[in-house]
Parts: sequence; C-alpha cells; structure tokens
Amino acid sequence: MSDAVSAQIVGAQIVGAQIVSALGHASFDGFAKVREIGPVGMISLRTKSDLPGLAAAIKAAVGMGVPAQRQIKIAGDKAAGWMSPDEYLLLLPYGETDAALAAIAEALRGQHHLAVTLSDARAVFRVEGAKADQVLAKLSPVDFAALGPKELRRTRAAQVAAAFWKDGDGFTVVCFRSVAGYMMGLLNHSATKGSEIS
Amino acid sequence: MSTRLSKGGRLIDRAAPQEFSFNGKTMRGLAGDTLAAALLANDQMLLGRSFKYHRPRGLVAAGPEEPNAIVGLGRDGRFEPNQRVTTTELFDGLEAASQNHWPSLEFDVGVINNTLARFLPGGFYYKTFMWPRAAWKHVFEPIIRRSAGLGKAPTMRDADRYEYTYSFCDVLILGGGIAGLQAALVAGSSGARVMLLEQSAHWGGRAPVDGDVIEGKPAEVWINSAVQSLAAMDNVTMRLRTMGAGVYDHGYVLAEEKIADTTPGDGRPKHRLWRIRAAQIVTATGAIERPLSFAGNDIPGVMLAGSVRDYVVNYAVSPGDRTVVVTNNDDAYRTAIALVQAGLSVPCIIDARAVVTGDLPAKARAMGIRVEAGKAIAKVKGGKRVTGVSLCVQAGEGAVLEEISCDAVAMSGGWSPVVHLWSHCGGKLIWDKTHAHFRPDASRPPTGADGLAMVVVVGNANGAMTAAETLVCGAKGGAAAAMAAGFKAEAVSAVAEASPEADMEAVWIMPQGAGPALKAKMWLDYQNDVKVSDVQLAAREGYTSVEHTKRYTTLGMATDQGKLSNINGLAVLADALHEEIPQVGTTTFRPPYAPVTLGALAGESRGEIFQPLRKTPMHAWHEKNHAYFEPVGLWRRPYTFPRPGENHEQAVHREVLNTRSNLGLLDASTLGKIIVKGPDAGRFLDMLYTGVMSTLPIGKCRYGLMCSEQGFLSDDGVVARIDEDTWLCHTTSGGADRIHAWMEDWLQCEWWDWQVYTANVTEQLAQVAVVGPNARKVLEKLGGMDVSKETLPFMQWADGTLGGFPARIYRISFSGELSYEVAVPASKGLAFWEALHAAGAEFGAMVYGTEALHIMRAEKGFIMIGDETDGTIIPQDLNLGWAISKKKADFLGKRGQERTYLASPDRWKLAGFETLDGSVIQDGAYIPSAGKNANGQGNTQGRVTSTYYSPTLKKGIAMGLIKGGLERIGDVVEFTTITGGVVKARVVDPVFYDKDGEKNNV
Repeated sequence: MSDAVSAQIVGAQIVGAQIVSALGHASFDGFAKVREIGPVGMISLRTKSDLPGLAAAIKAAVGMGVPAQRQIKIAGDKAAGWMSPDEYLLLLPYGETDAALAAIAEALRGQHHLAVTLSDARAVFRVEGAKADQVLAKLSPVDFAALGPKELRRTRAAQVAAAFWKDGDGFTVVCFRSVAGYMMGLLNHSATKGSEIS
Repeated sequence: MSTRLSKGGRLIDRAAPQEFSFNGKTMRGLAGDTLAAALLANDQMLLGRSFKYHRPRGLVAAGPEEPNAIVGLGRDGRFEPNQRVTTTELFDGLEAASQNHWPSLEFDVGVINNTLARFLPGGFYYKTFMWPRAAWKHVFEPIIRRSAGLGKAPTMRDADRYEYTYSFCDVLILGGGIAGLQAALVAGSSGARVMLLEQSAHWGGRAPVDGDVIEGKPAEVWINSAVQSLAAMDNVTMRLRTMGAGVYDHGYVLAEEKIADTTPGDGRPKHRLWRIRAAQIVTATGAIERPLSFAGNDIPGVMLAGSVRDYVVNYAVSPGDRTVVVTNNDDAYRTAIALVQAGLSVPCIIDARAVVTGDLPAKARAMGIRVEAGKAIAKVKGGKRVTGVSLCVQAGEGAVLEEISCDAVAMSGGWSPVVHLWSHCGGKLIWDKTHAHFRPDASRPPTGADGLAMVVVVGNANGAMTAAETLVCGAKGGAAAAMAAGFKAEAVSAVAEASPEADMEAVWIMPQGAGPALKAKMWLDYQNDVKVSDVQLAAREGYTSVEHTKRYTTLGMATDQGKLSNINGLAVLADALHEEIPQVGTTTFRPPYAPVTLGALAGESRGEIFQPLRKTPMHAWHEKNHAYFEPVGLWRRPYTFPRPGENHEQAVHREVLNTRSNLGLLDASTLGKIIVKGPDAGRFLDMLYTGVMSTLPIGKCRYGLMCSEQGFLSDDGVVARIDEDTWLCHTTSGGADRIHAWMEDWLQCEWWDWQVYTANVTEQLAQVAVVGPNARKVLEKLGGMDVSKETLPFMQWADGTLGGFPARIYRISFSGELSYEVAVPASKGLAFWEALHAAGAEFGAMVYGTEALHIMRAEKGFIMIGDETDGTIIPQDLNLGWAISKKKADFLGKRGQERTYLASPDRWKLAGFETLDGSVIQDGAYIPSAGKNANGQGNTQGRVTSTYYSPTLKKGIAMGLIKGGLERIGDVVEFTTITGGVVKARVVDPVFYDKDGEKNNV
C-alpha cells in the first residue's frame, strides 16, 4: 500500500464546517507519529457470509469483493473488512454513506440484513513510522510478527475495544468515539520518545 | 573490615568513579558496582535492623535472595522502599537509607526486643494479644503497627512512567547463565522465535566467578561468543535486566524489565512489564546457596560463601581481611581459594564432613589453607560485626575447642535450585538426597492446554550442579522446547572441563547436638527473625503442616519470601516431627519470583489514562461551562452547571425551575440506542420486554421494561418502531453495552435460528432533550419540521431536517413537561447543541444536569433504574404491572415473577412519601416496625429509594418501598435518621406533580 493510497483513505472527508472529528485532528510526534483523522465514512453490514447478493451489495457500496475471514480489502479511499462471521465493515468517504446504504438495500432487497452508518460512532487514528508496531504492541495483545499485511485485527487497546490494520507506513486504528481522548492518551504515552522497545 | 582490593574486579570500571550516599553520608563506588558492592567497598557492613528483634543486619548474599540489605532508595516522587542493594545497580547520585531503626542505625531502641527475645517466641502475637479483647484494637494493634514494617510507604506521587509490552515467542528462556545461553543457541538454531531474559545486567551467571572452563577457555570467552552468536540471529530477542516474575496457564509469563533505574528522570519508562505468550518455556534460573544454622549466623560479616566469591571476583571487594569458611560441600573451597588468590587471609576452612577428600579441598590444602574436617562453628562472636568464631566438633553439642579470630565468615550449606518458576503453574519437585535439595521432577512438569509439558528446566535449576552437566542439560532442554514448539533441533552442546566435587553432607543444625541456648541464636529467616528454636517450638505445639508452621512462625513470609530460609526451615521441622523432608514438603511457590514494582503492574494505567472516560460530543462545551461532573458508567455526565456564587443545590434548583417554567436543555447522548432489525425482531423484542413491542405501529414509541430470567427489573427505556422490521431500543446510559451484549447472548446462544440483527448506535448519535413550556417554540424557530401537537403527538417520532441538521425527533418526556428528544449525527452534535442554545436564548434556554433530571422525574413519580431497583426488585413492586403483558405466552422473567416469593402480596411496594414537617428524608432511611428479628435487629417495613427537595413544590418529596404499598396511602410512618432519630412522613401517591399530565398535553 503506497502512502498516496493511505492518504486517500484518511483524507479528511470534511463536508461542511459543522462536522467535527472527536479530537479535531489532534496529533503527537513521538518515536512514531500519531494523528487523529476522519471522520471516515463507515457502514456496519450484518449478514451471513453466504447471503445471496452479498457480493453485489459490497461491490455496489465500496466497489470490491467480499473480504475473507479476518481480512480487509483496500482500494483507493474505500475498503471492506471482515469483522465477524456475520458482520462486515465498509469504509468510504464520509459523505457517501447514504448512497452506499441505498445501494446495499437495493442489492439485498428481501434478504435479511442490517446496514447502518456508524461513521460518527467511531474515532480513527493513524500511527505511522518504522516503529509504529511498537506503539500498538504496548497496548494490544497482538502478535505483530504474525499479523497479515491485509489483516483487520479486532482486539483491545488497554481497556477499550479497538481494531487496526496495516496501511502504508503504519497502522489505521479504529475505536469508539466516546473514548477517543483515552485512545489518544494511550497512543501518546506509548509513542513517547525514548520508550522504543528496540 | 571490608574494602576494595587494588586489583581485579571483572565487572567494575576503575576509571569511572561514582558518588552516592547512604544515610546521608557520601560514599564512592565504581561504575559496574551493585550498591551492595559499593557499600562493602566503603566498609558499610551494617545495613539494617531485623523486623522483630531489631538485630543488626549486614549483607548475606549478592543476588535477589538477599534477606537483610534492603534500603529505601531515592527521595520524594522517586522514593522506593524495600529495595535490595544486591540487585540495585550503582549510579552517580544514588541516595539510599537504611530501614526499621529508631533513632539511628547504629543505636536502635527497638533492639530491646532482642533482650526480651525469650519472651517473644514463635506465635507470640497469637498468644499474647488475644486478651482482653478490647486491648487489641486500642493498645496492641496501634503499637504493633508502629513498630512493624520495614520500609515506609512513599508519600508522594510516583514521578516515573511505566508501560506494558505484549510479546509472543516459540521458546522463552528465563535466565541467561550458561545453561540459558546454551539452550538459546540450540533453540535459536532451530529457527524458533526465541526470547532470552536475564534478571541481572550481565550474561553468563556464575560460571566466570566459579572459574569454569568451556571449550578449553575461561567461561567468559565462551559466554561472549555465545552472546554474539545469539545477537546475530534475527529470530532471537535478548533482554538484560528483565526478570521472569511469574509463569501462568497456557504459557503466559510476566517479566519485569528495568530500564531507567540508573538514569532517573531521563524520560524513559522506569520499568516495563512484559506480558509474554510462549509456546514453550525454559527455566534456567540457577541455584541459591543455603546458609548453615549455627549460633550467631546472623551477625554482620557472616555471608554466603558463593556471594563472598562474587564480591571478590566481580567487584574486587573483600568482605573481610580474615575470612573463616564453613561448609558441608566442596564448592565453598572455591571461595577460600579465591580469597587467598586475592591476597586475603583464610585462617581456617571448617568442614562439617568427617572425611574431606575432593580435588578442591586438595587444592586448598596445597595452597596452605588449614582445613578442619568434622568440625563446626559453635558460635560466632561479635555484635555489629563478626570478631571471631568458636570451633567445635560437628557431631557434638558445641564444646569449644578453639577460638579463631576473623572479621568475616563465608558459609555454605549446599545449593538449592531456583524452582519457583517451574512450580508456579504446577510443576512438581523431587528430593535429591545427593545434593540435599528439591529439584524439578521432569516427569511431572507444568502442562499446557494440550496436557503436554509447557516448561522445560535446565542447568543448576534442574540440579545439574557442574558446568559440564549444565551445558549438556541446557542444550537438551533448548532442543526439547524447540521441538515441542514444532521445530527441528539438535542438542549440540559446548563442552566444559570436568570439575568433580565430592559428595556434600546434609547439615541442618551446627553442631548437630546443639542445646537450646545455641538453637535460640541460629537464624533461619533473617528478615522475619525466625530461629531454629521457633520452628521446633511450633512442631512441639502441634503444627505438623509446613504451611501452618510458615504462618505461625512467619518463616519465609518476609519480602524475600524465604529464598534462603525455606529449605533449612522445613528440614528443621522434618527433624522435629521425625519425618523425612520430602514427606514434609515445601510451601507453595507463588509469583512474583522477586518483588515487582507496583508501577510496572499498573503500566500506563494512571493519571489521565487510568481508565477510559467516555465523553459525548458536547463534553468540551460542558467543561467550558463549568459543569460539575458525576460518573455514570464510564461516562462523565454533568450533574449540574453551577454559576458564580451558587452551590450545587442552588444550581440544581435553578435548573429545575427554569426547565419547568421556560426551556431546559439536557445532553442525553449517553442514552443507549440499539437498532434491532429482522423478520423475527418483533418476536425477539416481545421476549426481551415485559410488554408487547411487536404491535407498536410504525412511527410510534412505547415505554418498556426488561427483566432478567429471574424476573428482576434490569433496564427500561422507550422503544420506537422505525419500519416494518426495524425497532430502535433506548436503554439507560449505564445499560447500553450490557443490554446490547444481553441481546447478542440470546440471539447467538439460545435463539440462533431467529432472523434478527442488532447494532449499537449509541455513539453514532448526539441526543438532546429539549424540555419545558417553550420547547416547541425553539424547535419551530430552528424550523424544517412540523412539531405541532397534531403532527407529532406524545409518544411519536419523526425524521427530518431541523435547522439544517439531519434529525430524528422523539416526542417523549421524562420530566412531565412538553419535551422532545432530538438525535443528530454525533459529529454535528456540538453544532446542533450550540444552535439550540442560540435559538433558545429568547425563550429562556438553560442547560440542566442529571440531578435536575432526577428531581423532575421524581416529582412525576417516574422510577429510575438503580434508584428504585437494585437487582432484587420486580416491576410489580414498582406498580408497573401495566407494562407487563398478560397475554404473552412468555417473556424473559415471566416464570421468575410467578415464584411464590416474588408473587407474594407481602412484598414491599412503591409509594410516595411526604414528611409532616416538609423536610427531606435522608438517603438510605428505613421505616422501622415493631419488634426484633431473629438476629436481634429491629424489624423494618420499608425503605426510601429516591428522596429530594422539590424546588417546584417547595418541600421534601420521596419515593420508597413499603409493605402494603399504595394501600397505605394516608398512613403516617417513621423514617430513621442517621443520628438515630426518626422523622414522620405520610404515605402518598408517588406522582407529586401534574398528576393528570396537562403540562405534556399541549
């Protein structure tokens, strides 16, 4: 994944001055760089993986195929991730979620599913730099050596739920909006210069 | 006296002097010193006082087993009590102070206990302070608490930072001596991911000090090359100063890394706690030397023989000019030889064995050192420092043959493998008669989830007591661990020169026939002052279990956890019980192996990130507007917004009155919001709620109750029907995650074939309660949606654009006023909130907090989950039978509520209360009734659940539970007060305000 592509995914989709991300794009320069980004458009899609029309729905919403177990597919400013056996996370520009929801509803008409916009329920961070994994290794019980290049890892960061994946020269981290400040505190603490693990 | 030698010292840098202080006195050491070595180099042998008798205490050991030399380090925010000087690396500016003495280390008043020692036997506390009973609390405990304790707790906030790191590997090797290095070389070569941790600052362990020869060269050469080879392997991670603290189930290991101990304030974390998941664990933790039990073995200057050798070889520090060596094995001869080679005097080696033949004794004799076989120390002479020893026959009772003057005694009672980490997770031990020690039983290892061994033990820790055996054992263990982790490994081992030792002889008491006077001066546990006589007394008093004896005598219960005393203590106990040592067994080894700093265990979790604080999109606005917050789950919600000159009560009353007369705005974003969708969603909600949700028309709202299977009220909230197969369920603020998990639990585990999906959208939406007579006006001013009584009547909702914001408006009320709750996307929440305030200014808009919310709902008689409920309350208790469907065949809690106890007419039920004098009933007050119960306590007939001063009604109002409930209306009852009095109150209808709902019907 090139920097250019990752920059597209995070490219602050601010539509109108009223919309504010949880922390107003706070950032921190430690041994890795931490930035709060977004808001990023997110749709939670709950269906069974064998639901007829699922592939068409995800294709219509974000233009790519159904992600395999624990994987995330990324293309440009859109992505589709596997969250659980009956949940997918779709990422797209903030302003495009209504259209994507309509496309999903069309593709899955008559099929049992639940699609809902959760862009505002989440906070998104970038942790970048050669040692970005060390920042997260202090917070999450994740074996980074075993983390796949396109793996969407659901885990916890200290005391809160989190998910992240490798993208460009670092990681994109997602958590709940209400704990964005806590997450920023964790990332700052862990990225403090001099506390590199190796 | 102890001093620095002019030559030698493999770990020190003579070109790098360091200045430090001990009890305020400036001293000098060298880079590479431990604090222990530096103190000895300054002839500071007296380092503390013992716990009970305040006996003078000096260094005994050179490693983490040290029981005596523990000090307070640093000052203020970096003060740390109970730090071992033997594991503290010296640095320029280090400050240390001794503990447990008053007024001074040299002159200590508490030493009077020593004179009274015969009145302070084992179990003294249990025996003495039992009577009179009241004296314990008022006399004994305060005095004991003042005199007890070694270090003082820090009084200031810790100035340092700490962190965790999670790590994973195939083979985790704990201990970087030659066994651990050899295991790492083998496991590393197999391609396995290897972590090698060493607690000290140096690789190689004792081998260089012991003069081992590996591959024909001094051990140090092989160690250096092994370290280089390992460092070159990408699959091997090596950490010095990192102690394996505990081994837990499923290959989980905690280790503490010391990072910035010697560079305080440099910004790095002081310690890092490693949380490691390993497929296989290799413990290469070495062995600890045992003291010998002879009279006066606690006098400063009596040290472990191996440790004396450490100080001489590693740090060029001599504990004394004349050192008597006393032993039951060959290894201690190495110390005598090292001392003589360093130019020091060894007047005598006292060997308890009747026949002394080994190679090492021969070498010592050849150097002209006097060896006394079959002899013992009858008694050590000296007070704050050894001045000499009395020689006697080991087989006798201690008749003195000769006095030998000396200023140090190097003792060795043999070596005990460090079996702690092997034992933490269930590894068993066997008694090795040859070495008189417990060692791991390879046939009974700690096992993992697959029932197979998860820990392999190597080297000294496994009872391999020579370098040659240790290396072979290390290679085999490394290979076994790598293979168990799924790699191909070959147990190729380096070869060490054989250094045969003659058999040792178990010696538990010296001399073996010593009488009571001598045994009362033979220390087992130096820190807790437990002597041979105490353990024997415990045995005589019937303590046959080693675990009971430990607790009765406090043997092994000090901060060193008995690293030196346990084996000697249980050997004495076994002897007193006329049992074999393995029959008596050991006490339980529990983590941590050695103390771990609390800061490291807390990790990052302190200060601002002690715990997650959940914040709504409007949180910053609340802070700016001086909100006083209260915790609601992990949220912080504004309790009230006091203005200058107002106390909280006045502020709350202002907020209530303004909301009732003008316009109140509440941040209700924390309310749980869960979408439930699917063909079976209605059926699902009918099971979850006590009422019927499936029949709710689209566009309408209905209040619902959720109960546990047992029938107890669990949560409540308003449910909205969104479309044919979609509902939105509001939960309490604290209940959102719990109820969402509850729904998923039923859907995933019980009704897995029902077609229902849920989504917790709580944080997607900011929600504002717009409340009061002017509520409609402000929404109309914002414009864009018809909020009239006709279009949006009570208990309906509508979607639209309000003042330019995409909004869903619910016409619901928790206050009794005309009220709307407006939900907008969270990222527009703050903007919407500010727009409401701006538009509402002309209508008297004023923010209110949770306390005003609570008062207004109480004025209306609305229940609150957590106030009226406490997990023992069913809806019927709260007169909420109207919200329970009689028609439904089943719902969660239905059968529970039919149980006789819950269906009983005698249950306390909700009613309102008004005091006769208008005062406010106290929180938690009970309504007493006549008579006493079986426990002699006064009977009760009810209790208050919500009680407030109503600013609207200008009097105290309350809700509570009372036997008889609403049937009691009109009765006058008494509520208790905290001071023991009572206040009279009349039972009334719990709806105090606007009973007919006219305020809302507009």
